[in-house]
Amino acid sequence: MTLRLRVATRKGLFTLTHRSGKWQIGEPAFLGDPVSMMLDDPRDGTLYAALNLGHFGVKLHRSRDAGGTWEELEAPTYPTQPEGAAGPPWKLVQIWSLEAGTTSEPGVLWAGTIPGGLFRSDDHGKTWQLNRPLWDCPDRLGWFGGGYDAPGIHSIIVDPRNGKRVALGISCGGVWQTEDGGGTWRNVARGMRAGFMPPEQAGDPNIQDPHRVVASPGEPDTLWSQHHSGIFHRPAGAPEWNEITTAPISNFGFAVASHPTDPKTAWFVPAMSDQKRVPVGGRLVVNRTRDGGRTFETLAKGLPQHACYDLVYRHGLDVDGTGRWLAVGSTSGGLWLSGDQGDSWESVAGNLPPVYAVRFAN
Amino acid sequence: MPKVIFASHVQRHVPAPDRVVDGGTVRTALDAVFADNRPLRGYVLDDQGHLRKHVVIFVDGARVTDREGLSEHVRPDSEIYVLQALSGG
Repeated sequence: MTLRLRVATRKGLFTLTHRSGKWQIGEPAFLGDPVSMMLDDPRDGTLYAALNLGHFGVKLHRSRDAGGTWEELEAPTYPTQPEGAAGPPWKLVQIWSLEAGTTSEPGVLWAGTIPGGLFRSDDHGKTWQLNRPLWDCPDRLGWFGGGYDAPGIHSIIVDPRNGKRVALGISCGGVWQTEDGGGTWRNVARGMRAGFMPPEQAGDPNIQDPHRVVASPGEPDTLWSQHHSGIFHRPAGAPEWNEITTAPISNFGFAVASHPTDPKTAWFVPAMSDQKRVPVGGRLVVNRTRDGGRTFETLAKGLPQHACYDLVYRHGLDVDGTGRWLAVGSTSGGLWLSGDQGDSWESVAGNLPPVYAVRFAN
Repeated sequence: MPKVIFASHVQRHVPAPDRVVDGGTVRTALDAVFADNRPLRGYVLDDQGHLRKHVVIFVDGARVTDREGLSEHVRPDSEIYVLQALSGG
């Protein structure tokens, strides 16, 4: 099977294929248009692309032939805003995350958005419904924007064993979980610490900024987060998150990827700090732990080690379904691939538009 | 009847031919267009039916300022231009 990587950028959706030992980049789809997220649905091969057109709003497109041809779908739409409703306007700003349901729920898709609404489709993206229990939860009005004017859902983790169990990462609203398909939600961010808040509010689960939240599909109860204030880990069954302070170079960053079957293995891309969102010392590196965050290795072979100012944003790091291949894309348009779990890297493209997301088509 | 003219920029994404429609206000004229061209609506109006932040409309040379209600009156011979705003990049 040919390995494929999708790269969503500010100016189009790129596809790379791995043939005869080489990565080849194809002609982009939606050239010129910002693509905020994409999804290769592993259940039926359908490809989805969410656009964020500067003038004309958020659009959703679907391809049933792996990107050969596209059809536009109606994008998720917020219901009519009641007069005087508090919080951000009920207007779709961006599709920030897009995930498939389980194999036993064909056609089910989840979309996380700015300004903080979660949408579900039961018909392969043809129609969408806002999840009202989460949207109507009074705690939502305590969320705030992280990097955007309004809060947003950037991480959706569907338990492959049970599609009614879904976890969300929200900037800035913490981590939320449902056990009943979205009928009820609870905040599960206890243990996270927000250094950007007044001290007495630093532990408030509802204002946490988990830049990204991921889990191993093989062990989805163990969660990893690259948070605004550090790296956090919640092992399966643990009552709260633990802060991991052992990462070398820096504990600031946006991206994290979790091994598909080994929940103790995860990768991070450190950046200098909140105030200086660039690699430390001009050297791009990846940190890898194989023991649940007790120790880390810093991986740099093949990555730029001089005068590099590439930032890897929250969806700019991905691992494939085998756990062997990794991809890193930067907001400066750099793209690196590793076929050995990060031990060594190859620069595949250096002048792409700013990269919003990289995803292997598993 | 007023004529509604769409900038070429939007036509890159969705068909938007010029239309002569019934309508006494910008809102009713646009509604008449969208009744036959539903996909176009989401390119011009947002979730709440307001004019998108980076879209502008001119009626006979005057920029529409009621961006939520689109209540400006139009004459039978008015020309309604729907354009992308430079604020959108």
